[in-house]
Amino acid sequence: MSSLGISFAGIEKRFGSFFALRGISLQIHSGEFVALLGPNGAGKTTLLRIAALLAAPTRGKVQYTNTEHPSQPLDPSETKRQLGMVGHSTSLYDELTATENLTLFAQLYGLDDVSVRVANALETCGLGSRAGSLVRTFSRGMRQRLAIARALLHAPRLLLLDEPAAGLDRQGLAWFSATLENLREDGCTVIMSTHARNESLELASRAIVLAAGTVQDDSGPQGDPRRLLAALRRTPE
Amino acid sequence: MKVRYASTILVAGLIFFAGYAALFIAPDERTMHVIQRIFYFHVPSWAAMFTALSVAFIANIAYLATHKSKWDSWGVSAVEVGVVCCTIGLATGPLWAKPVWGIWWTWDARLTTTFILWLLYIAYLLLRGLLDDPEKKATLSAVFGIFAFLDAPLVYVSNRLWRTQHPQPVILGGSGSGLDPVIGKVLLLCVIAVMGVMILVLIGRYRLEQLRQEFEELRMEYETLNLEPSSIGKERP
Amino acid sequence: MSTARFAAILLAKELRLEFRTRELLSATIVFALVIVVLFSFAFDPTAAESRRYGPGLLWISFLFAGSLMLNPSFARERLNDTMDALRMAPISPFAILSAKMFANFIFMSLVEVVLVPVFSVLYNVSLSGVVAQLILVLVLGTIGLTVTGTVFSAISSHARLRELLLPLLLLPILTPLLIAAVEATASLFVEQPELDRTWVALLAGFDIVFLTASWLLCDYLIEE
Repeated sequence: MSSLGISFAGIEKRFGSFFALRGISLQIHSGEFVALLGPNGAGKTTLLRIAALLAAPTRGKVQYTNTEHPSQPLDPSETKRQLGMVGHSTSLYDELTATENLTLFAQLYGLDDVSVRVANALETCGLGSRAGSLVRTFSRGMRQRLAIARALLHAPRLLLLDEPAAGLDRQGLAWFSATLENLREDGCTVIMSTHARNESLELASRAIVLAAGTVQDDSGPQGDPRRLLAALRRTPE
Repeated sequence: MKVRYASTILVAGLIFFAGYAALFIAPDERTMHVIQRIFYFHVPSWAAMFTALSVAFIANIAYLATHKSKWDSWGVSAVEVGVVCCTIGLATGPLWAKPVWGIWWTWDARLTTTFILWLLYIAYLLLRGLLDDPEKKATLSAVFGIFAFLDAPLVYVSNRLWRTQHPQPVILGGSGSGLDPVIGKVLLLCVIAVMGVMILVLIGRYRLEQLRQEFEELRMEYETLNLEPSSIGKERP
Repeated sequence: MSTARFAAILLAKELRLEFRTRELLSATIVFALVIVVLFSFAFDPTAAESRRYGPGLLWISFLFAGSLMLNPSFARERLNDTMDALRMAPISPFAILSAKMFANFIFMSLVEVVLVPVFSVLYNVSLSGVVAQLILVLVLGTIGLTVTGTVFSAISSHARLRELLLPLLLLPILTPLLIAAVEATASLFVEQPELDRTWVALLAGFDIVFLTASWLLCDYLIEE
């Protein structure tokens, strides 16, 4: 199964006179599970949004590499098909049912066997019994589960997670960890930002610390992320 | 620097001479006498407005094509100057019309188009005021600016057709017909002088905009450099 | 999968969202009705005056009602940042924009379908014999209204005071459309109705210009 790597070269992002990111250069290889750490305002969300093609960098370049065809640049719509993101908001329509929400995105991503896929996805994340209910009636944990299910529906090869465990209850967290483990075994590249203690950090193969828009620390593709992860656990939440 | 002084002196000289010419050299008009001399600044203000708004249109397209902030600065400067010229035109018109024809205003094609343009470009400035993020401000106002400029000919054509169907006393048709050659020359001089003023103001406004942006950037840099660990709440009584 | 196919999927979503609650539609219809009724209190028109000023009244109420109705078009997508998810999907920005334009066109047409008969009854204006031509004028005018309105909804959704900003941006731009639509409609309300082709051509021209401009500039409307 092909995998997606991503490289950031000299990424700068400014909002007016505020520099969210100052000169970030990173190479993340396919299959890596990166824990993106750092305090609030460090630029984690901005970096993830740039990787998701939701924001354009003010300067610098983002490149995606496909392991199957490393020298061929990916065309934009092909890249989008392989990206998945769970952002700060759920990106779900409150006035649509869970099934309708997932069906919409399944259709937009051009998937086949839409109804089967959607039903399976809902069963897996424990929302099968509420498939026909409006998202408006869901609890926070349920919405987050649905948001994660939506991000995974089209089997992305690069998953971008921005504090994905926020709002998940214990059951949801267990399901989420198991899902991430499957993805990692599958060779999916994951970049997950967090500033709280989170079980899924055990799965990380690399830790990158951002602070004030720059890379402060990086355990590297071959290195051991545990030192940096341990430092995270020591800092007060 | 020298160019700036020289051009300012040149334009100032032109305006003084133009004013003198308009008041004393130009022949007295048979029916309207002194009032008619407003025409020497009323007409040039339209020419200046049209030029400024055309510059704005080009700047808007250039910004969308290049995303360079200097084009946004040109755009807002040109629109502001254009609105001022338009206001001058709209204000001097009635000053002339009332004593001569007894009415302040009429809804003929040219006047109506000008009034709508005035509203449109004020809306442009209001839009900018209500957008906070500089990039969004520049992009969205550029799009609106293009729509506004495309609308202008449609407004004029629709008003012309409308007024042909519902004719009203044609009042301003005679401003250019059967001109005494001296009047023509004085008018040309005034057009050049007013355009000169408009261009100087435009360049000045542009420079002001660029300086303001630079200042903002420097201020942000300074503030982030001087951040100290906060001791809020830690003071001892 | 083509842009048209994605636009159709998104259109279905827009329609499903609105018809589930029907809040926006009902509020807009009521608002337009209120304007139509207020006119009779403000002017107390005779039958001849109703026929003379009727077209203006109709189009003014459509424009005002429309500029309120078009606001939520993009503002709704900010609720849970659903716009992010749409932008990430492998679809063109024009699919998103055109789906909303089409949905707004359908909603606005529904408002007109209610308003025009009500108006003709309240003001005793006969529409017999001109229905097909009236529909043509309504369609062309509504296209212009919803195309520009949707674009400005996208623009104003980023700004503060967006409920006020949208009419402020939209109504001046629509003056040619207003004139053309009113004149075309008026030519159908007279004793010997004959559709004025010049105005119809102007309406069509307006629609083409702004549809093209929207298509060319849609990337900038949909980006962050």
